[in-house]
Amino acid sequence: MNNLDSLNSASLRSDIPDFIPGDTIRVHVRIKEGENKERLQAFEGVVIARRGSGVGETITVRKTSFGVGVERIFPLHATIVDHIQVVKRGRVRRAKLYYLRALRGKAARIRERDTRQHAAAAGANK
Amino acid sequence: MVNGIIGKKLGMTQIFAPDGTVTPVTVIKAGPCVVVQRKTVSNDGYEAVQLGLVEDKSPRKINKPMKGHFEKAGLPPTRILREFRLEDATDEVKVGDKILVDLFAENDVIEVIGTSKGRGFAGFVKRHGFGGGRASHGSMFHRAPGSIGASAYPSRVIKGTRMAGHMGVERKTIKNLKVVRVNTEENLLLIKGSVPGPTGAYVLIKKRQTD
Repeated sequence: MNNLDSLNSASLRSDIPDFIPGDTIRVHVRIKEGENKERLQAFEGVVIARRGSGVGETITVRKTSFGVGVERIFPLHATIVDHIQVVKRGRVRRAKLYYLRALRGKAARIRERDTRQHAAAAGANK
Repeated sequence: MVNGIIGKKLGMTQIFAPDGTVTPVTVIKAGPCVVVQRKTVSNDGYEAVQLGLVEDKSPRKINKPMKGHFEKAGLPPTRILREFRLEDATDEVKVGDKILVDLFAENDVIEVIGTSKGRGFAGFVKRHGFGGGRASHGSMFHRAPGSIGASAYPSRVIKGTRMAGHMGVERKTIKNLKVVRVNTEENLLLIKGSVPGPTGAYVLIKKRQTD
């Protein structure tokens, strides 16, 4: 009973798609403009890390904007994240892709992951 | 009015506000508490109430003096007993009264008293925040204290000089903490920031002293 699960489950969200480091995602962030205005801003980039678990889970998304690397860390379950779209599945061999920071251009590309077999298996299970 | 309550630290988590901000909170199971004894000026020399924290399980074994103490109050024994001073001697608090978490409201400023985590025998750097020496370039002076006093005068170490030693397991008060949420159904109190002690530790929560 000395457990925070019941408290935390209220703020856990279920609308987060399945993605892993290496995938390219588009995070739609709520931006507040003035008092009552709100709009969505998309941040598209490669997920280079997923850390933590439960309500405290965060993702690090990296993109290159006008030749400058930009990284943003999002609390996955926070209300600031409106929704997340998966753009591309990437095949990588690490859980943390910090090595991408040192790479640019062609070298920083990530091979696309073949999800056909995975999708077929998931379909068969249903 | 009793101005405080006994609680148990359940751990920390995060709260997401609709405006997008994330607040780190400590969750405390506060109360329900019950007044076990009322201390008065005429009898004890000061005005206070002794609260017992009612938990799921009553203690299995209690010694005879404590048994008598609880029998006198006509209450089931509790493991934790703590006193809270009363400002007002005319206060209508009786033995057996329940003190609940609804004592506090959102945005109340409170202070939390607990026993800090034990650090064992800690060095200068950890215990007093000293800078320590250079790590490289052959300094040979890493986490040592440096000079602890002058030679000819006073030719002794001044009392109270900050040195290595036992750290933690002390009574600590954290002031000006803010209540983020009160859950009266489950007796939960969500406080912004951290409070002393490990998860499972007992803490005292008091309203801010107004002086």
